[in-house]
Amino acid sequence: MSGIEPYPTAESALIAALPRPPGDEDGPVFAEPWQAQAFALAVKLSEQGHFTWKQWAEALAAELAAAAARGEPDDGSHYYEHWLAALERLVTARGLTDPAALAARKHAWAEAYRHTPHGKPVELEAVHQPIP
Amino acid sequence: MEKTDLQPAATGGVSGEAVHSHTHDHQAVPSDLALRVKSLESLLVEKGLVDRAALDALVDAYENKIGPRNGARVVARAWTDPAYKQRLLTDANSALAELGFAGQQGENMVVVENTPEVHNVVVCTLCSCYPWPVLGLPPVWYKSAPYRSRTVMDPRGVLNEFGTAIPQDVEVRVWDSTAELRYLVLPERPADTESLTEEELAALVTRDSLIGVAKLAPPTSEGRA
Repeated sequence: MSGIEPYPTAESALIAALPRPPGDEDGPVFAEPWQAQAFALAVKLSEQGHFTWKQWAEALAAELAAAAARGEPDDGSHYYEHWLAALERLVTARGLTDPAALAARKHAWAEAYRHTPHGKPVELEAVHQPIP
Repeated sequence: MEKTDLQPAATGGVSGEAVHSHTHDHQAVPSDLALRVKSLESLLVEKGLVDRAALDALVDAYENKIGPRNGARVVARAWTDPAYKQRLLTDANSALAELGFAGQQGENMVVVENTPEVHNVVVCTLCSCYPWPVLGLPPVWYKSAPYRSRTVMDPRGVLNEFGTAIPQDVEVRVWDSTAELRYLVLPERPADTESLTEEELAALVTRDSLIGVAKLAPPTSEGRA
């Protein structure tokens, strides 16, 4: 239950194929946990055949190009926001889920956080409980 | 599934003021971006399109890349700048903000210093409160029921399992993080590091040392451990 895992190199090679990821010589660097979760989702969905890594790279590149066209700063600070937008776009385009389901789920999670006392795992059922 | 060990943790025998009680206000709603990721992940996992364990394993593999670098920078600065260290120990929030590391949900940070007489270790007995702006994602074992309960009841035993033997004449202090108050350990500077730059020192600092489950080894000729 201790120790530091060796850094995975397979994913590093994958992201080397992507446009301009914030990172260093060891691979990607995340500023917040959600960025790592979004990163892992794209890697695993691709590994499991829901899209190819090339399709992913194209979806991400399209989001980054659209951001640049909107005049957003091209300094990598919003990289994972574009990553998430590309992921949402790609999974809905491939029919894995749909925008309405995502919106409803997001609302449900926000409600669950508002209704869950600290120290308890946040679960979607919490939304049905009265506020203490 | 993690609830069974909460009571032993809460009533564990810890000396002094070291274990702080949790308050029971409700949880902060994550950012819009975090909620979007959570929604996407939970929907896809429910549909069986992606495996939760595989996602967790990948995130876990990266956890040491996310935040400990920030915490390591803080430690290296404290080792090389006594005035900064003083500010860090007396007002961690301001000292961390100096380096650009601010709590995202308004939580307070406290930095506790390891010395030859005192070894500090951090746990969250109720869940997995963790100072992620400086440490990144919590490792899986930090969130596990055994770590959360046993660190309070038998800190020396848990530290031994991490390969960290604390001599009997060294006091072990356990700090229980909460949603509002999160702890970071300032590890002891290893021997034979007088000639290293701040950047080289930061490279020596591990995540586990910032949680307090490991001590730092002196640098080897091979470079980073």
